[in-house]
Amino acid sequence: MLQCHVKGCNANNFPLELQEVVLEEQEAELNEDFLRNMLGKLEYEALVATCLKLNIQDLPPTIPEDAAYNDDFLQKLHHALLETHVITGKMVCPNCQHTYVIRDGIPNMLLAEHEV
Amino acid sequence: MRLKELEGYLQDVAIFEKPKIKLEQYPTTPHLAARMLYTAHTTYDDIENKAVGDFGCGCGILSIAAAMLGSAYNVGFDIDPDAIEIARNNCEEFEVEMDFVLTDLSASPAPGEETSERGPYEMMKGKLDTILMNPPFGTKLKGIDMVFLKKGIDLANHAVYSLHKTSTRDHILKKAKEWGVECEVVAELKYNLDKSYSFHKKQSVDIAVDFLRFEKKSKQR
Repeated sequence: MLQCHVKGCNANNFPLELQEVVLEEQEAELNEDFLRNMLGKLEYEALVATCLKLNIQDLPPTIPEDAAYNDDFLQKLHHALLETHVITGKMVCPNCQHTYVIRDGIPNMLLAEHEV
Repeated sequence: MRLKELEGYLQDVAIFEKPKIKLEQYPTTPHLAARMLYTAHTTYDDIENKAVGDFGCGCGILSIAAAMLGSAYNVGFDIDPDAIEIARNNCEEFEVEMDFVLTDLSASPAPGEETSERGPYEMMKGKLDTILMNPPFGTKLKGIDMVFLKKGIDLANHAVYSLHKTSTRDHILKKAKEWGVECEVVAELKYNLDKSYSFHKKQSVDIAVDFLRFEKKSKQR
């Protein structure tokens, strides 16, 4: 599971917090066009915060101005977004404390009936 | 890659072992999947280097086809862990990178209502360029096709590709207008369904389906 989604949930100011995470790294091909395209769509701060919690410390705190053509930065972003997978863990909603379990890399977002 | 080639490769995508009628699980045929993705790629350039979501991904055939045509990122949403398991195996077989989210796309909020704050698909909002789906047609749960479609349109940055019964075309065109999206009937196709459930009387039946493309009007991509 990419962190991208996980931290992406904060689209509505609900960054789910990752806990008890097991990470796995898998090499993937670098696609610069795709990353450039993603630059504008990322909630970068949340991504960095989530990465820090997972001990991925090489992302700069803000997107560099020359990000689109900064190979070093793109490589780091690529690593965080596309090569880092959360295999197991929990995502906890900071608001309601609801816990979503990640198993085999698949987050279970199903809610029990009474929670709908 | 040529269309025939793509369709040929897709013949090897495994399908449901025990389809669940409650979820209207019918495998998208290689024929349909190849045509959908080939058109999305060659005519509209909605696949290559794009982030692609697959609603009700089932065994993952649409995403696999997308990946073969150069999508940069794939994620499948499905309610059925068994289907996701098959899709994962398929992805391994095809050496395709794909993420999965176990979620109920039919769950509320219903179309028109406020979207929930932390809904399982809203979290991907703004991240996916193109959404693909072969939704349940709503023979078991009425209206579910439109719920899928509305969510797909909400989520996609740019385009949504979907299959619907041709008999529902007028209704969908009307809805698309309401939602302020362009809808084009790209093709009318035959969905050849082999007998897959015991209540099916015929060995195989052709259903007329529309291959639809929805485009959001020049919002930021």
